[in-house]
Amino acid sequence: MKNIKFSLLGMLFGIVIVKAEVISWFRIQEMFRFQAFHMYGVIGSAIVVGIISIQIIKRFGLKTIHQEPIVIPDKKFNWGNVYGGLIFGFGWAITGACPGPLFALIGSGYLVIIATLLSAIAGTWVYGLLREKLPH
Amino acid sequence: MDFIKQPWPWYVAGPLIGLIVPALLLMGNKTFGISSTLRQVCAAYIPANIAFFKYDWKKESWNLFFALGIIAGGFIATYFLSVPGAVNINPDTVALLKQEGVKDFNGLLPQDVFSFSQLFTLKGFVFIIVGGFLVGFGTRYAGGCTSGHAIMGISNLQWPSLVATCCFMVGGFIMTWFILPYLVQL
Repeated sequence: MKNIKFSLLGMLFGIVIVKAEVISWFRIQEMFRFQAFHMYGVIGSAIVVGIISIQIIKRFGLKTIHQEPIVIPDKKFNWGNVYGGLIFGFGWAITGACPGPLFALIGSGYLVIIATLLSAIAGTWVYGLLREKLPH
Repeated sequence: MDFIKQPWPWYVAGPLIGLIVPALLLMGNKTFGISSTLRQVCAAYIPANIAFFKYDWKKESWNLFFALGIIAGGFIATYFLSVPGAVNINPDTVALLKQEGVKDFNGLLPQDVFSFSQLFTLKGFVFIIVGGFLVGFGTRYAGGCTSGHAIMGISNLQWPSLVATCCFMVGGFIMTWFILPYLVQL
């Protein structure tokens, strides 16, 4: 039951990304062609609110609802950030969707995207399989 | 209700998405990131003795609940909170895409590319299957996606996330400008 609150939050996130058309292939095309500010505005303002929120949490030493201290693990650089990032970018431009929108598109009735999601899971699995052999 | 049913502007949607970051932290030290869900599914259902998938996935099962929530949210937003119609994108983008060979502009996705009838054509296979594979492979290789790196990572001032995000964009530009026009022709 303790996970229900995450489903509710995910639901709100799903509603927002559908309503802002972030899940539309056309919006992603528009973004990569610099023909609209919309997507940059969405991501940019999300980051600004995120930065301010985390600063508030850190400055005031806020705790979780279970009274645990909030710790955010640091991201360590490795070359996977670059190689993987480029590969992800290729996929993002082709499908017009990153992982969040894949779920929202399925909920929106674009059931063919189930195949895209399964293929993304397969991609993750193949990465796990080849991980030791890939440059990082 | 009228405002809700119209597409939401970026300055409404963006800050709401940004608030997911503190909400997850306050709910229990969870860091925003959706691509981990894909790894979870691998660890839970197809671990196949691969070290990368041998971890206590049950401890992180919150993100599967989050993902199910996104599906439900997509359903609610599309069927109850929207007026159906085309996405109001820049007419220049429409003209360009038409010129490159995209035909359908009536929904969120072009149906002449993304549909079950296209799935078994070369074009459909490239857009639906190969594209999805690159998303899943790339995001895990990069250590996160748009949510985990671009929003969560940069919000926490992590420079590797900024590097990853720049690479997402560069990959997207290369694909969109130099390769996609040929893929649409398939």
